[in-house]
Amino acid sequence: MDQQTITLTIVGMAIVTFGPRLLPIWLLASKSLPPPVVTWLHYIPVAVLSALLLPSLVVRDERIDLGFDNLYFWAALPALLVASKTRSFFGTVVTGMAVVAAARFLLSG
Amino acid sequence: MSETNRQPLAPPKHAGESWLTGVAQALPLVFGYVPVGFAFGVLAQKAGLSTANTLLLSLIVYAGSSQLIAVGLFAAAAPAASIILTTFVVNLRHLLMSAALAPYFKHWRKPEQAAFAFELTDETFAIHSNRFAELDQSAAPPRGPTFALNLTAHVTWICATALGIVAGQLVTDVRPLALDYALPAMFIGLLMFQLKSRVHVVVALLTGMLAVALLLAGLEQWHVLAAAVIGATLGVGIEVWISKRSR
Repeated sequence: MDQQTITLTIVGMAIVTFGPRLLPIWLLASKSLPPPVVTWLHYIPVAVLSALLLPSLVVRDERIDLGFDNLYFWAALPALLVASKTRSFFGTVVTGMAVVAAARFLLSG
Repeated sequence: MSETNRQPLAPPKHAGESWLTGVAQALPLVFGYVPVGFAFGVLAQKAGLSTANTLLLSLIVYAGSSQLIAVGLFAAAAPAASIILTTFVVNLRHLLMSAALAPYFKHWRKPEQAAFAFELTDETFAIHSNRFAELDQSAAPPRGPTFALNLTAHVTWICATALGIVAGQLVTDVRPLALDYALPAMFIGLLMFQLKSRVHVVVALLTGMLAVALLLAGLEQWHVLAAAVIGATLGVGIEVWISKRSR
């Protein structure tokens, strides 16, 4: 594919990405929604985040992998602990990354 | 010293609402975006995208996972239509995030809403939904910090992409530094801060497991959207069930 076609493809990608980002805000912002819908929307953040997170931690090569060499899963446990104990965002991220880096270093050595 | 100094100072109207607040709130996200944007820049170069096209992706698409998927498709010489369709499906989950935040934007004008929506990502969504939850029901989100947060995140993403383009030849493997774990770790933190009640914990667990099951069942591009819709519905169901039982 030449670079000009790639540019046009990227413009197409931008349009189909912007649409779903924009339309709900535009259409729903000034409406008062029925209470069950409001409750439903309150659960969307936690649902979206866990739907994004859990598969990335436990699925490898199209199957559930909780073996000790799946560092993504095992490093999540200390990270979760730090997140719940300290409520510190930086602490959580640093813990997760440090555990993965350390484990890789030890496993490769 | 002078008389004018003795005039009573008006209390700051928007204490803690300067744009700097927004920049500060974006900091954890900056931490997560740098390695991923960097990795994207490296991979896009290796896939044969020009510098301009690589930066354009980060500027106008600005959705990490779909950008990484698209790079793979460009490298595999997939047809343009299938790249655009895949991007659409992968990014359709933003519908839910946009809808969840919509009630807060009653008092914003349409162009302002559009400018906000353009920079709505998984990560900015997670932070905004925490921020907005602390607002009064009737209060509009303060524009300054809200846009400052979004811009900080977006500029970080673009700069990290540029860095990846420049340094791409130098770095062959980011795995020893665990940079690839910055984003999962960031989501762990953001998810933990969303768990406000037992029902939230149950919803998180059920939705997560459902997403895994749907992914393994072959619903590769749809699993996040489908699991989140079902998970949030379960949350409403559990709430109704609890309130009926306690009556």
